[in-house]
Amino acid sequence: MAVPGKSYGDYAVVLKAMRLGEADRIVTLMTAEHGKIRAVVKGVRKTSSHFGARTEITTHLRVQCWRGRDLHTLTQVEVVDAFRAVREDLDRFSQAMAMLDAVDQIAQDGQEFPALYAMLVRALAVLDSTGSPLVAPSFFWKLLALDGSSPMLSACAGCGKPESEGLLVAFDFAQGGVLCEACQRGRKLSAPGTLDLIRRILQGQLRTVLFEPLSPDAAEMSRLAVDAMEAHVGRSLRSCHTGLVQPALRDSGQVP
Amino acid sequence: MIYSQSVQALIEELGHLPGIGPKSAQRLAFHILRIPEPDARRLAAAIVDVKERTTWCTRCWNISDGPLCDFCLAPERDPTLLCVVEDPRDIVAVERTGGFSGRYHVLHGAIDPIGGIGPEQLRVKELLARLEPEGVTELIVCTNPNLEGEATAMYLARLIRPLGITVSRPASGLPVGGDLEYADEVTLGRALEGRRAMEA
Ligand SMILES: [Zn+2]
Ligand SMILES: [Zn+2]
Repeated sequence: MAVPGKSYGDYAVVLKAMRLGEADRIVTLMTAEHGKIRAVVKGVRKTSSHFGARTEITTHLRVQCWRGRDLHTLTQVEVVDAFRAVREDLDRFSQAMAMLDAVDQIAQDGQEFPALYAMLVRALAVLDSTGSPLVAPSFFWKLLALDGSSPMLSACAGCGKPESEGLLVAFDFAQGGVLCEACQRGRKLSAPGTLDLIRRILQGQLRTVLFEPLSPDAAEMSRLAVDAMEAHVGRSLRSCHTGLVQPALRDSGQVP
Repeated sequence: MIYSQSVQALIEELGHLPGIGPKSAQRLAFHILRIPEPDARRLAAAIVDVKERTTWCTRCWNISDGPLCDFCLAPERDPTLLCVVEDPRDIVAVERTGGFSGRYHVLHGAIDPIGGIGPEQLRVKELLARLEPEGVTELIVCTNPNLEGEATAMYLARLIRPLGITVSRPASGLPVGGDLEYADEVTLGRALEGRRAMEA
């Protein structure tokens, strides 16, 4: 933990940026070593300041901070990766926003969570380079697992009946995962390959999932991912409901 | 309660203003306490007046004293050229360049998914409704040169280019990550002049 009044260096992704008065900005950073922190960036709105462009959300930074009592102050920033493709493509952008939103909900102020930081950086890089519409939904599943909330996928979360003894027909994250005919509640599963996709994401085969053609399975998997993440954080993720739904998924006729 | 009820109420109201924290609200309240009464009355009257007299232009959503703003009423403004901005203050910035003769449309914000602002929360429907009746041929998207402004421009291009209307964006050169209102008029003027049609 950083000591108040001390300067320290770290790596960070900008999760949120807010105006502060006329010239300054407050950023929420997911750092590698200091957890989620809030820091003031001075003078960003001046034309001469380079801090403005460098402290936009999604940017991966090397930072130098000074720790105050409540807020930190950014004294130096160096861009590690600006994720240009994310800025220049609306679909990548809206997925990145959903990912930052979820991380902001899960990370606790000042609590170290280096694995969360590392996973976010990796996912942003994959989103930037592939543009696959399944990056954010896959990230949600992995984030749930990382936060200790992997859903049950191969046996009914209600009665424990394994998949081999009967169909698992519904999914309810609050109940713990998939549910059999007798226990069903939550969302009814309508596409045949949805659970298989989620399993592959959680079992280290993300790469194969990202390049799947868009299908009803992928659309259902994405929708369940948002449901599950919202149930996990206990509130609605605004970034997932602003009408910027992936057009490819929308066109598959599966997203309402 | 530390202060009298009326002072406390003033501090609270001032504290609701953007960029004013509790300390600043307190400072402003005590400033108001100290100024001569006529000055305080003028301030109060100006606030009431602006709320009573100004509304939004029903066409472009700029600030206006009547149903249509001055830009929409001016016969010499070219209706086929439409400049889209986030905020009425950005109109002032564009006007200062002296290089734009078309009309405006104010979105009242930019796409900000984490803040819950999508196209539905902006004046996008109203923009679409203007394109055909006013014979718009080019849309210059003058949103801020930051992430939200760029996303808004990309969204509008995706929506409006298929209608056969050119959607352009001011050339680079504006301070990235900043606000339009902080750009100087020479830079902004050059950026407008050198604007480029957006690709798909
Ligand atoms: Zn069961
Ligand atoms: Zn008007």
